[in-house]
Amino acid sequence: MRAPLSWIKEFVEIPATITPEQISDGLIRVGFEVEEIIKQGADLTGPLVFAKVLSIEELTEFKKPVRYVGLDCGEGSTRYVICGATNFVVGDLIVAALPGAVLPGDFAIGARETYGKTSNGMICSARELGLGDDHSGIMTFAEGSVTIGEDAISGLMINDVIFDVAVNPDRGYALSIRGLAREVAGSLNLKFTDPVNALRDLTFAETGKGVTAKIADPATASVFYLRTLTNFDPRATTPLWMRRRIEKMGMRSISLVVDITNYVMLELGQPLHAFDKSKIKGGLTIKRAGNAQPFTTLDGQVRQLHPDDLMVCDDEQPLALAGTMGGASSEISESTTEIVLEAVSFDPVCIAKNSRRHKISSEASRRLERSVDQSLAEFASARFVQLLTQHSSAQHVATFVDGRPKYAPLLMLDPAYISRILGLEITPTKIAELLRVIGCDVDEKIFEVDPPSWRWDLLTPADLAEEVARMIGYDAIPSVLPPRPVHASLTPTQKRRRAVATMLASLGLAEVQTFPFTNQETIDFMGFVGERASTYAIANPMSEEFPLMRVHLVPGLIEVAARNISRGAKDFAIFEMGSIFRSSQKLIDGIFPEIGSRPSAQTIKEIYASVPPQGFHVAGVLVGKVENEDWQGSARSYGWQDAIAAATDILDLCHLPWSIARSEFAPWHPGRCAELIVDGKAVAHAGELHPRIIAKYGLPARSAAFAVALSALPESPRVRPTTVGTMPAALQDVALIVDEKVAAGDVEAALRVGAGPLLESITLFDRYDKLGDGKVSLAFALVFRAEDRTLTGAEITALRESAVAEAARATGATLRTA
Amino acid sequence: MNQGEVAQWVDQARSAFAAAQDLDSLKAARLAHAGDKSPIALASRSLGSLPADQKASVGKIIGEAKAAIAAALDEATAKLEREQDERVLRDEVVDITLPVSRSHKGGLHPITIIKNEISDFFVEQGFSVAEGPELESGWLNFDALNIPADHPARTMQDTFFIEPVESGIVLRTHTSPVQIRTMLENEPPIYVICPGRTFRADELDATHSPVFHQVEGLVIDKGITMAHLKGTLDNFARHMFGADVTTRLRPSFFPFTEPSAEVDIFFNGRWIEWGGCGMVNPRVLASCGIDTEIYSGFAFGMGLERTLMVRHGITDMHDIVEGDLRFTRQFGVGL
Repeated sequence: MRAPLSWIKEFVEIPATITPEQISDGLIRVGFEVEEIIKQGADLTGPLVFAKVLSIEELTEFKKPVRYVGLDCGEGSTRYVICGATNFVVGDLIVAALPGAVLPGDFAIGARETYGKTSNGMICSARELGLGDDHSGIMTFAEGSVTIGEDAISGLMINDVIFDVAVNPDRGYALSIRGLAREVAGSLNLKFTDPVNALRDLTFAETGKGVTAKIADPATASVFYLRTLTNFDPRATTPLWMRRRIEKMGMRSISLVVDITNYVMLELGQPLHAFDKSKIKGGLTIKRAGNAQPFTTLDGQVRQLHPDDLMVCDDEQPLALAGTMGGASSEISESTTEIVLEAVSFDPVCIAKNSRRHKISSEASRRLERSVDQSLAEFASARFVQLLTQHSSAQHVATFVDGRPKYAPLLMLDPAYISRILGLEITPTKIAELLRVIGCDVDEKIFEVDPPSWRWDLLTPADLAEEVARMIGYDAIPSVLPPRPVHASLTPTQKRRRAVATMLASLGLAEVQTFPFTNQETIDFMGFVGERASTYAIANPMSEEFPLMRVHLVPGLIEVAARNISRGAKDFAIFEMGSIFRSSQKLIDGIFPEIGSRPSAQTIKEIYASVPPQGFHVAGVLVGKVENEDWQGSARSYGWQDAIAAATDILDLCHLPWSIARSEFAPWHPGRCAELIVDGKAVAHAGELHPRIIAKYGLPARSAAFAVALSALPESPRVRPTTVGTMPAALQDVALIVDEKVAAGDVEAALRVGAGPLLESITLFDRYDKLGDGKVSLAFALVFRAEDRTLTGAEITALRESAVAEAARATGATLRTA
Repeated sequence: MNQGEVAQWVDQARSAFAAAQDLDSLKAARLAHAGDKSPIALASRSLGSLPADQKASVGKIIGEAKAAIAAALDEATAKLEREQDERVLRDEVVDITLPVSRSHKGGLHPITIIKNEISDFFVEQGFSVAEGPELESGWLNFDALNIPADHPARTMQDTFFIEPVESGIVLRTHTSPVQIRTMLENEPPIYVICPGRTFRADELDATHSPVFHQVEGLVIDKGITMAHLKGTLDNFARHMFGADVTTRLRPSFFPFTEPSAEVDIFFNGRWIEWGGCGMVNPRVLASCGIDTEIYSGFAFGMGLERTLMVRHGITDMHDIVEGDLRFTRQFGVGL
């Protein structure tokens, strides 16, 4: 919303000592963000004069149109200039910058030789003068609206300050000069005169039959004014001051009737619509479209109406998409002589829906969907009649009204509540005074507050607290720390996530965050099936490429890995922590209890249950070498074992005992994937990625991945450490030969069982698979220790033999000799 | 043999030892001047054949000479050993400027780091950290926050809906439903922050992302005022942006707070919008069953990406969401 200072000044007494910056600060203080202060004319110096085109000579020898134009600048002789625009004819009134003038952009005008002629100035467009973006041609003016030779800087009221203000959605009233002027006055403690005061007593003579107004459903509009005027001369033109104000607001001057509807809307905030009366059959009714035909709006678009669309209709057909855009059939034209002016307090929700359904955000709908002062249907339409009859031959015929304004109800306020919420002592007298500044009537005896007609948003004491705070200034509220609660800490789950992330980062993995979206093609390609492949679809995805919620973290990490490789990275490891979504539960219809009081326990339970469970996982992808290769030598590549190690490190960090088993599980290599089991439940998978996936995404061979379902892990037990033994340890190496099909983990487990409780640790320190005959050799280092004594040689031998015997029994292992 | 001769042996031994350049040449000198065949050793051995009256005096002279030679040998040995040790250390000098770290540089995503930092700051002040699901009930995401069914935020232009849309399940557009869950599940006093991932139907560009993060705060207690909101935000801002930062509250509009405000910070010489805040709308409190006669509260919320970008001078959102290692690695495991 723009607001020229010159217009604000019409309603606010602003002393000359107050700067535009102070006004801007004031607006910001009361909640209106000033996005720009435009100082129009600050970089423009004259001479700039109005002139009349006397002659046009087309210079045809150039590639683009060039005119040599004779001007009457009121100098008694003809001045000749070169001009590239063609939107004017002999006799038109224009603005000319004369030699010596400097236009915005430090563009100095002088007499110069060009196109073989001497150009003694320049004919100006609005953009060249810094008045707007319109550069479709030079500015032209209606006969009689300007005086030839007169200074155009003052004639066009160029020197002005224009504030560009952001208006919050609850403050529809401020989408008007009236509303913003009131805020300027309130924020700087200046005197404000409401322009509506001058309209309250306007009456117009009823001289004939007008068009009747009817609201079919009071839920769609509260009050409907129709003013019928006649005897309009369509040659009437918009006065220059009105045109300039409209232009300063960023709109275009179109015709006198349309300009006045816009002018009144900008001034007061009430959108108006003018119809050509000759196109109306019967009276006008506000009603739903129902089974209406396609409708052509005045932008020429044919629109299929929705049965719920709110329309302004005559006895035969819809004439306007209510509060949003007029129709082409009843538009004001160059031959209109009889006018019907509509002003309505529409229901904001109806207009918002009209606007949304047809994707039209017009000046009218923007205001009406934020709600407009209910008294303005009457006063703004009166202002239209006043202006049109002043500036043309039009005469008022009749006024019809249906409905009545609906105002916000009276409100009882406990003034102590305001201080209690703001944390600042404010006297009841001061509260009453501030509420009056924003237009409330306050009965101080019982503290009954009557909100003004333009404030439908003031419904509760909390709303009034904000108004008081706004007017007293948020800066006045002190800064105090709240009472400190006794204690808080992160939950065990939160601590665990942090520990896992920090560990992985310390191990050299870089954390990434990916969008949790995927598509069916990826799910299928990864090989997910069953429950792991089913997910939720987004009704309105960002792109049709990713319409589903992700079912796993690894595919996203693979994408990121591929992106990093494409940008030159070779050896790296990445991880992500986040939610995954599997549609384990069918969604039921949403539950939406009324608000204002707590829903029943049963309803709350149902709402909670309607939200599907969402797992929280950590996953990683390991690519290339485990270390950077350098002058110290080469490094081995990441493989399945590193991924399993990452997963088991996570479980070990959480102090959760796990077991491991081979698994054929997507998206891993079916022969190189481990499943980690905690409490009988598979909670993690790790290993080499499926070669098909590695090939498709261009990852290095043997790239590996792990995924741990953090949300499926049980709580960590408290650590109960074993006593640290101080007696000497006995080290025993055993080398066993087993069939290559036997899992090393099984051999180790058997050794543990056979070795008994004196075994302190066991490490596989060598694996040799070149024996042939389908055999491998596994060499383990066993450390034995007793708490209370040094083990004897005989004891140690017996322990080792017992371990080997159990391994032989359980796995068929034989001792390797030599 | 006379006294002068003995003194000469000692002098010769001393100078020979001193002249030795290394332990090998010292060994040769030792054999020559203190070995079995050295003059002093021969003299010592011939003592027995001396007349009895000379034995004592000559023996004393020879004994003193032997001690002097031994002392000189010890001194020379110690000196040469020390020199040898020093030489070895000198020879073992390496180029310590060679690049030595081979391990991959890991790191936490900066959003994780800033989330942890904020959580720690508030936990230290007695706030808990609350979390909730990303697919969320429309009632918890909108209605309970006083955002009515026809509100523009509930259109498909702003919010991602899950099929079937009748389910009302949305990708949460803010972490505020966690506030509602917290109020439904707990009695006041409530002091929580809710960090988390949120979603809005914005195109990805330099400053927007359809997937982003917020942290919200909620305090419900007896006698909570807007002054407490200000105090909390001032403290928070100083923690995040340094002691010099100033904050400013500007009136604003949110359906779930009344009064509402934008919080700006003055940072690096200009005012920057940081987040939104306000006193929790009594209608929201009532919808969660909190007695508004007894309790009041405040809430605030800011974007983590925005906070990160402002504080660290990051100009392009793409760097935060693309997962390029070169970005994450710069942050390590802390900021």
